[in-house]
Amino acid sequence: MKNTISERVADFLKNYPPFNSLDNKQLDELSLQVTIIHKESNSVVFSEKEEPHAYFYVVNKGAIALTKKGSSQILDICDEGDVFGLRPLLAQESYKLEAKAYEETILYAVPIKDFKPLALENKRVGNFLIESFASNTRNPYSIKHRGKLYGVTANTTENNPSTKILDLQPVRYSTDLVTCTEGTKIKTVATTMAKHNVSSILVLNGDLPLGIITDKDLRQKVATGLFPITGSAKSIMSSPVITYPKELTVAQAQMAMMKSNISHLVLTEDGTADAKAVGILSKHDVMLALGNNPAVLLRAIKRATDSKRLRSIRHGIMTLLQGYLEQNIPIGLVSKIISELNDASTKRIIEITLDSMEVKPPVNFTWLTLGSQGRGEQLLNTDQDNAILFEDVPEEKLEETRTYFLELGSKISQELNTVGFEYCPADMMASNPSWCHSLSEWKDVTSHWINNPGPEEILLSSIFFDYNVTYGSKALADELSHSIFDHARRYPQFLTHLASGAMQNPSPSGFFRDFLVEQDGEHKDFFDLKLRALMPIIDAARVLILSHSIKSINNTAERYEKLAELEPNNRELFLACSYASKALLKFRTRQGLLHNDSGRFIALDQLNKEEKIKLKRTFKTIKEIQSLIEIRFQVKNLLR
Amino acid sequence: MWPFPKKKQLEFPDFWWAYEEHFKHPLPELIKDNTFIVLDTETTGFNLTKDRILCIGALKLKDNNIVVKDSFEVYIEQEHYDVGSAEIHGILKKSKRNRTSELEALKQFLVYIENQVLVGHHVMFDVNMVNAALKRNGLPKLKNENLDTESLYKRTLLISTVVQKKDRYTLDDLAQKFSISRKDRHTALGDAFITAIAFLRTVEKLKPKKIKDLIRKQGPLRFGL
Repeated sequence: MKNTISERVADFLKNYPPFNSLDNKQLDELSLQVTIIHKESNSVVFSEKEEPHAYFYVVNKGAIALTKKGSSQILDICDEGDVFGLRPLLAQESYKLEAKAYEETILYAVPIKDFKPLALENKRVGNFLIESFASNTRNPYSIKHRGKLYGVTANTTENNPSTKILDLQPVRYSTDLVTCTEGTKIKTVATTMAKHNVSSILVLNGDLPLGIITDKDLRQKVATGLFPITGSAKSIMSSPVITYPKELTVAQAQMAMMKSNISHLVLTEDGTADAKAVGILSKHDVMLALGNNPAVLLRAIKRATDSKRLRSIRHGIMTLLQGYLEQNIPIGLVSKIISELNDASTKRIIEITLDSMEVKPPVNFTWLTLGSQGRGEQLLNTDQDNAILFEDVPEEKLEETRTYFLELGSKISQELNTVGFEYCPADMMASNPSWCHSLSEWKDVTSHWINNPGPEEILLSSIFFDYNVTYGSKALADELSHSIFDHARRYPQFLTHLASGAMQNPSPSGFFRDFLVEQDGEHKDFFDLKLRALMPIIDAARVLILSHSIKSINNTAERYEKLAELEPNNRELFLACSYASKALLKFRTRQGLLHNDSGRFIALDQLNKEEKIKLKRTFKTIKEIQSLIEIRFQVKNLLR
Repeated sequence: MWPFPKKKQLEFPDFWWAYEEHFKHPLPELIKDNTFIVLDTETTGFNLTKDRILCIGALKLKDNNIVVKDSFEVYIEQEHYDVGSAEIHGILKKSKRNRTSELEALKQFLVYIENQVLVGHHVMFDVNMVNAALKRNGLPKLKNENLDTESLYKRTLLISTVVQKKDRYTLDDLAQKFSISRKDRHTALGDAFITAIAFLRTVEKLKPKKIKDLIRKQGPLRFGL
């Protein structure tokens, strides 16, 4: 006989494995046997070595942390719908872990004596439990653990449809062949290779490929003294060459290289050695196509000659990023690598654009990247925020010079857009006359912001003061930094205002830890991760690090690490902030990759429980750092 | 002396005496040893003399545990019927639920609650409705201690001149505050369940150890506390 509460229990359980495999009648009967347990925060459900309970548990609300005794490290967090405490179901042994309420929690205790018959009868239920128990993961159906469960590492080429397609894509090869003839002197060969920055050269007989000389040949045959450097190409080339038709897929190319144990393939019109050589394919090209190596990508960026090529390399960067996140590589490292690559792309774009300009820049200039890219936190394709800083010129030349740099700025920003950096909606780009100044102009602008810290000025400073030099003279930027710190020291009020700016962001969570979602507009009912979580923690880092007059560190996590070093008494909080900023960045990146956007707005109902918990955990740190700032910079005294 | 049986005693059925018997034992001192009966009634209206109880739902709460099958839900046969309130609780005069007579329902209820503390949202309304029903059946009033979740909840709120406290907090307000699903709202047992969770969360905030303290906390704040 069911009652209203058991219906409620059943209604919850039916959404989660293994209960979703039960039929309604079984579920109704089981639900009736359930005991609902309320656990206060930090109260223990069962402890290590405790005798097994007559129940196992399902989390209805809240979260349970599983820990090993004596270590504070949480092994697992069980969230809504998760099952734990299964040990007694399978073996009459004491618990191996301690289960503690991570927060106020409501549990459904399912009696083992009523459940076991169901598990034995229903194979799907039984399998779920055994797998869940054995793999030590709570939910073996989750994608994340799918691979581990069967003892194979997650094979992305098998699961990921996009990689699969990539494998079958025709491979990109270099068509501008670097060649020589049999009689070319080895020294000339080496010089040619160096000039073209390639690792191999094709030895041709007319149009037909005769042999190939690679870095390895030069190293092993010439540098060792085996063959004199005055010899001819014929003496050291590998011949005959292994040729393939030009319509080769990435997978085929890989196979071919593995089969013959070579690193270069020569592509000919019809795939035989008796046809015209059309291209050369190196292992590097294959790696690039697979997009799994930052060094390869970096080299590709440096070699790229137009923005379209850089765009496809950026796709490789995204694949790399995804791979890193799947492998759980520390986000600090990931963001370093990715921002290096982003920086390199930007740099390359600037170089390409400079080449295309009819005249050389009249004076030295510096390309500053601002905001997230300046902080080295731009993992996804977010907006481009940048500025140009050029050397002081005589007054009469100023406008002319500015016109030049504005044109350069517009071109670069256009190219960056082609590569995949969206235009900044607020137009904070070097193409905007107010973001393209000479050094003394920039000094005036920044000192104006510092002396008149209105809301607008504070916002502009908070974007601008994270600048980082991507291209050009670092000395110019350093001089600007000195000027900024000088002014900031003279007007300490500025820091207070900057701090109050950091407090302006709306709170991430409501009274009972519910997420606060946007009330209206396009993103109604979405959680604004950037505004509510990332910005407060980034802003706080900025004001704190500026108050220590440190400009060399831009990355938020690193800023907090430095602060922890500078202020040992707040060490713990700062380290927590460093961690939280990394966690949030990772979160945003994951979300962004998942939905292929900037990751800023999050649909809460699409988050899994673990993600929600993780997100919420950072909120506490945010609140703490905000109150530290509030007190330290006496924000309250400020008339807002 | 001639053993005259007390006349009054004869007027009450056995279940009442069994009920009274429980009150010979004092309540356990500590909250965790106490069983709380969280109850809610659905009625035909708010008039104590005119209106009738349609349904009583109750559950037992002990040391933070609710045993699902050990809950109480009884639907009562009706003479008086008010179309208006049926829209709220959805209990129609001739619904398919098994009904019991008012007396039988009261009997079952008394057997269920024993001498335990009754907890409800605006508990006095439910208690008075039950008392009115008891009176109709020639029985005395309930003897249990009561706890009102609204009064307790108010005590958890910060005393501030800035934030004006509301005068009344409905069960919906509490459910929202405590993120309790409002499914089954306006069924007696469903409301009792929401009340139970709200009660647990409130108690965690107040953190009293002893039952006496908890009962006292319902009152308005005194100086020195």
